[in-house]
Amino acid sequence: MTMILVDIQGIKKYYGARAELLAKEQASVKAVDGVSLQVYSGETLGLVGESGCGKSTLARLIMRLDLPTAGRIFFEGEDIFKLSGKDLKGYRRKVQIIFQDPYASLNPRRTAGSTIGEPLLINQMYDREGRALETARIMDIVGLTKEQKDRYPHEFSGGQRQRIGIARAIILKPQLIVADEPVSALDVSIQAQILNLLKELQKEFNLTYIFISHDLSVVRHVSDRIAVMHFGRIVELAENRELYEHPLHPYTVELLSAVPAPDPGRKKERVIREREIAGATNGQGKCPFHPRCPVRVEVCEKDEPELIDRGGGHFVACHGGA
Amino acid sequence: MGMLLEIKNLSTHFHTDFGVIKAVDRVDLSIDEGDTLGVVGESGCGKTVLALSIMRLIPSPPGKIVSGNVFFNGVDLLSLDSAEMRKIRGKDISMVFQEPMTSLNPVLRIGDQITEIIALHLGLGQKEAMARAMEMLSLVGMPSPGTAIRNYPHQMSGGMRQRVMIAMALCCGPKLMLADEPTTALDVTIQAQILELIGRLKHDIGTSVILITHDLGVIAEAAEHVAVMYTGQIVEYASVENLFATPLHPYTVGLMESIPKMDAPWGRDVHLKVIPGAVPSLDDLPKGCTFQDRCAHKMQICREEEPQLKEYMPKHRVHCWLYEK
Ligand SMILES: Nc1ncnc2c1ncn2[C@@H]1O[C@H](COP(=O)(O)OP(=O)(O)OP(=O)(O)O)[C@@H](O)[C@H]1O
Ligand SMILES: Nc1ncnc2c1ncn2[C@@H]1O[C@H](COP(=O)(O)OP(=O)(O)OP(=O)(O)O)[C@@H](O)[C@H]1O
Ligand code: SF4
Ligand code: SF4
Ligand SMILES: [Mg+2]
Ligand SMILES: [Mg+2]
Repeated sequence: MTMILVDIQGIKKYYGARAELLAKEQASVKAVDGVSLQVYSGETLGLVGESGCGKSTLARLIMRLDLPTAGRIFFEGEDIFKLSGKDLKGYRRKVQIIFQDPYASLNPRRTAGSTIGEPLLINQMYDREGRALETARIMDIVGLTKEQKDRYPHEFSGGQRQRIGIARAIILKPQLIVADEPVSALDVSIQAQILNLLKELQKEFNLTYIFISHDLSVVRHVSDRIAVMHFGRIVELAENRELYEHPLHPYTVELLSAVPAPDPGRKKERVIREREIAGATNGQGKCPFHPRCPVRVEVCEKDEPELIDRGGGHFVACHGGA
Repeated sequence: MGMLLEIKNLSTHFHTDFGVIKAVDRVDLSIDEGDTLGVVGESGCGKTVLALSIMRLIPSPPGKIVSGNVFFNGVDLLSLDSAEMRKIRGKDISMVFQEPMTSLNPVLRIGDQITEIIALHLGLGQKEAMARAMEMLSLVGMPSPGTAIRNYPHQMSGGMRQRVMIAMALCCGPKLMLADEPTTALDVTIQAQILELIGRLKHDIGTSVILITHDLGVIAEAAEHVAVMYTGQIVEYASVENLFATPLHPYTVGLMESIPKMDAPWGRDVHLKVIPGAVPSLDDLPKGCTFQDRCAHKMQICREEEPQLKEYMPKHRVHCWLYEK
């Protein structure tokens, strides 16, 4: 009964030399470098990885806000990069994105009501009165009051602004929501309200989420499965509990060791290291993680590991372990 | 260890068209040499204004420090003239600002911005200053410091700009560093590196740190003492161990319960606990305790009279009628 909603096949996105890197460092940034991934209808897929590993780029590709260097993405069996006209418009209705920064992503000169209702207008849905009613209904669902529809973004708190973004994302009843760091800018009490809201909405509308975050405790709270990204690739993919209890890739172990625990008695031994430029060592016939891998073996420098199932849907791209 | 900073009865208000905003309201706080004081609290509760008051950087008008003293090594910063304050700012006391983009100069290269400070306060020559700048940038985990010094702020990612700010704050070996959300835009591995660096500095040169953050995990990891703020006031103050083991104020308890924990039960139907309601507007605070509308323990007296910040257990102060004997 688990149906594949999004099927990502070998997707790549390389950026040309960026002005500031022109000097010598490299020719291109392999922001996303051969990702294959299936997202099931109704699930929440968490996507984690360090800054610059390609999470937002992957999100933009899925949203079709960017075109890939190679590879394909199918949504309900259709190649999204081949859609045009009415079909593309339809796709844009079915997938929505929530951005990280509730301050930057709202138009300061539009009222909350008009921001939330705009997608209805663009898609010519309902008449004027119907749009007002629908807008009011959605505002109520996300916990905003009708009186707030005439207010401007600066009159809202951070959490309320994020609710406006969520209301706008769900008003067209999408099937898929890509949430790119939706709570990172919020304090814990507001964060908790938003995470609860996202879970309730999922239940009510059978939504599918791709949930991007660098906060592993947040991802753990919301996800059914989790994909770990490193240098533009998926290096581990598993069910939530399985990933946290039995991480297999040394990079996942490193990420987990860096989470600050809200418990002063448990100051952790952390794995810290230098940063490299993303993707520079991909495709050179060795594991891109090997320069800093604490458990590397000889084969790691001779062969690039592939993402394979170690059993029960726990995928890992690593020669080590068993 | 001696006391480095002592804040007494500090109030900072903003005069706006809608009325007076009491952003910092009668705050008493102190910090010892080499100590890290974490400051937590909901968005808008006055954390940044508190730090800016210590730095004497409150925009005036509309803002004004209306009462109090800020003793730094025994000298009241609020009594200094602006030339004396400039000598301290950036050298003895430095600040990592919450919004790196607005506090970096957009038309100056990163290297020039850092060396400017080093030249001003440490009197180093251009070459030595640049070497020090590179050293600081690699300390904060910048991928290639040689490229970074030639970049303008807009050519860097948010996380990189934040690290530049931290490097600038640390370059003169300050006695006190005010760090306002220094790791919010950073992923966990860089965050860990920055916290490690701050910890090392504390150890090596005895820098004291005021660490403002909404991340209680960061507080647990890096702070020795914690002040919890709500509507401009300190509502709880304790050692980090005591605060996490026995949070007293209902707001602190609510905050602790809102955190998703790595060892909490997990599942579709697991919801996080939330603090009901929202923070009251700072220009229209209720009489009595300002947390009353969100508090499950509210009593008659909470609506009538304001509680005081009092010591309930040794070195553990709370601002709540539940604990008044
Ligand atoms: N328009 C662009 N031109 C050139 N390079 C880009 C562009 N957008 C992204 N990149 C590069 O691609 C890589 C991946 O960036 P991306 O924004 O996807 O990372 P991310 O995983 O979302 O990181 P963060 O956690 O910081 O948001 C980075 O090295 C980035 O510098
Ligand atoms: N320049 C200003 N003019 C008027 N009011 C101001 C000004 N600066 C700050 N305030 C008000 O002072 C209060 C405290 O703001 P402050 O920036 O200290 O909050 P904060 O605790 O740092 O919040 P956050 O977690 O969102 O950074 C807020 O209500 C804010 O609106
Ligand atoms: S393949 Fe080898 S180097 Fe790469 S992560 Fe696994 S053990 Fe480490
Ligand atoms: S003083 Fe009263 S209302 Fe305020 S936090 Fe304490 S019990 Fe709650
Ligand atoms: Mg991103
Ligand atoms: Mg602030």
